[in-house]
Amino acid sequence: MTTTTDKHTITALVEDQPGVLNRISSMFRRRGYNISSLAVGQSETDGLSRMTFVVEGDPETVEMVAKNLHKLVEVIKVVNISSGNTVSRELALVRVNADVTTRSEIMQIVDIFRAKIVDVSQGTLIVEVTGDENKVDSLVDLLRTFGVHEVMRTGTIAMSRGVSYEEDTPG
Amino acid sequence: MNMRGAQIVCKSLLREGCDVVFGIPGGAILPLYQTLPEFPDLRHILVRHEQGAAHAADGYARVTGKPGVAFATSGPGATNLVTGIAAAQMDSVPMVIVTGQVGRPSIGTDAFQETDITGITLPITKHNFLVMEAKDIARVIKEAFFIANSGRPGPVLVDIPRDVFMEEVDYEEPLELDLPGYKPTISGNNRQIKKASALIQSAKRPVILAGHGVIISRAYDELKELAERAQIPVITTLLGISCFPEDHVLWTGWPGMHGMAYSSLALDEADLIVALGMRFDDRITGNAEKFSSKSKKIHVDIDPSEIGKIIPVDVPIVGDVKDVLVKLNELVEPSTHSDWLKRIETLKKDHPSLRLPETDKLLARQVIRDISEITEGNATIVTGVGQHQMWAAQHYEFKNPCSLLTSGGSGTMGYEVPAAMGAQVASPDGTVWSIAGDGGFQMTLCELATIVENKLPVKFAILNNGFLGMVRQWQEIFFESSYVSTGYSGNPDFVKLAEAYGIKGIRVTDKTQVKTAIQDAMEHDGPVLIDFIVEQEENVYPMIPSGMTVKDMIEEPSSERVTV
Repeated sequence: MTTTTDKHTITALVEDQPGVLNRISSMFRRRGYNISSLAVGQSETDGLSRMTFVVEGDPETVEMVAKNLHKLVEVIKVVNISSGNTVSRELALVRVNADVTTRSEIMQIVDIFRAKIVDVSQGTLIVEVTGDENKVDSLVDLLRTFGVHEVMRTGTIAMSRGVSYEEDTPG
Repeated sequence: MNMRGAQIVCKSLLREGCDVVFGIPGGAILPLYQTLPEFPDLRHILVRHEQGAAHAADGYARVTGKPGVAFATSGPGATNLVTGIAAAQMDSVPMVIVTGQVGRPSIGTDAFQETDITGITLPITKHNFLVMEAKDIARVIKEAFFIANSGRPGPVLVDIPRDVFMEEVDYEEPLELDLPGYKPTISGNNRQIKKASALIQSAKRPVILAGHGVIISRAYDELKELAERAQIPVITTLLGISCFPEDHVLWTGWPGMHGMAYSSLALDEADLIVALGMRFDDRITGNAEKFSSKSKKIHVDIDPSEIGKIIPVDVPIVGDVKDVLVKLNELVEPSTHSDWLKRIETLKKDHPSLRLPETDKLLARQVIRDISEITEGNATIVTGVGQHQMWAAQHYEFKNPCSLLTSGGSGTMGYEVPAAMGAQVASPDGTVWSIAGDGGFQMTLCELATIVENKLPVKFAILNNGFLGMVRQWQEIFFESSYVSTGYSGNPDFVKLAEAYGIKGIRVTDKTQVKTAIQDAMEHDGPVLIDFIVEQEENVYPMIPSGMTVKDMIEEPSSERVTV
């Protein structure tokens, strides 16, 4: 259930043209909407990108975000998938302190989270984790006790479950 | 057929039905200008400042319903357009602006007169384009016109680098638009329209609140049909003024900060607002949470993002006002609402709002009334922003649709001179009065030269009170009459100024001279400027202070003795 200032996920199919991201971010800035994360990548169709926004606000605000996104000429489709049954994932890389005494403990934690160690060096490890925002948050929190140097997150991408592709939000 | 980019621009403009361009040349756009003699059907009006080009295109567009077109060069030429583009965007006015850009190899190098105008105008245009290849020009111009004047209209800027104007390509007539993400909803949803009809049927105290959308979709007859059939009083927004005849018995004024008291009170007492092509601007709602709290709302707008933006809506209908009204009129049964209309009559009688005090002084309001009387409400009135704008909107009795041109959303002073020029170009035989204050007039008066050069018979009425009057009024009411930086002691002699441009100038200092001067102006075959030296500290009433409610309205100042 959505409460008043929940996080909401919106995806948008947009034309892959110079300046599109600028138009979108300009709209968010101008209207005073908060983006907590933004991910962009190619879609299944040549020339079109898909963006995933995680937006904070009440349902009315999020509806206005979707309407204003849709108003941009280069935005083709906008779907609010926060209320639906969705898969959402984020990738993070975490550089964490690791010496002989802590390395195995970290490896155990990484295992529990089904994360991976992708780089080992004198004194540090890089951990790669995939999951929804909560899972990534939890792992990063646990790793903090060892001393985290650097965290890099891609931002959430999301897709609704099942075969049906959801209807365009505003009309 | 091989053509240069500049030729394609001209050919595309003509193909889209453009016949007039307002602009000024400069380095980057010169290849386009040098091509103009090959296209004699494309009339170019050389303005004196790019802001003038934008406002003139705006005035032209509002009168004709076609996109206004402006040209400017790169850098300062383009940035000078910005105020005019923003004004058009706020008031949903269709325009296509072509700017020159530095050559492609120089873009991004901070070259001479390089400005990122597509970046700058991103939030104040409906859309904009940077055209990097001449082969794209024809399609982009076609798309620009389509975007500008479909759905909710707005300005579209097309930025073209200097060398793209000169690039030669094989010209092909563009057939298809490539706009997969742009599909405005024109046709209103029938189920929603049925719901709206049911609400109208059950309402006891309905009002129509008609906005600029009624004028943009030219839905005057449909509005009248709905109002008459269901006997619903019609209130308009500032930009909706003239969409419904002011001598009609159902006409109930316009509400808000300086609107008629009876209009604001009627909205407050209503149990249903039928909002047509308007956006609940803060000048109308005041405190939005307390606005017309007893009413349900039907909101018809072509822009879905306007619905639910300010006011929660019971029946939202996305679509063109005309389309929706045609369908609604088929469903709405005739009714009388006689008690409610009687109540409206009482409100009009008890809160007349627009009475003039008995005085020998020369009041600005009297000047407007006399212009209204002498032009019989048939002139196109173009105003700037401030007290004179409110008085023109209040005291001129508009008889014809689309006859008030004013910068409503962005409140741009200086609109009055160039927009009147554009309106006169659009309607060469029409009577165009530019109602100005002495403040705003001085912001764009350079266009007097353009007006003379093009023999445009615009009549100017400067309501000269030697103040930035509306700001002074706020200082009087909210800052204990501390008049900081609002007095204009160095105004020029406007009559001599007019004469310097070769324009007939008349000065009026006394109430008894007003009508004669207006008559003289009407009879003179050419532009005329009348400098009305009006009362310095006249105020605009009624007034609902910013963010307040109808209960906080100051209807008439206690000091003004009022006679009916």
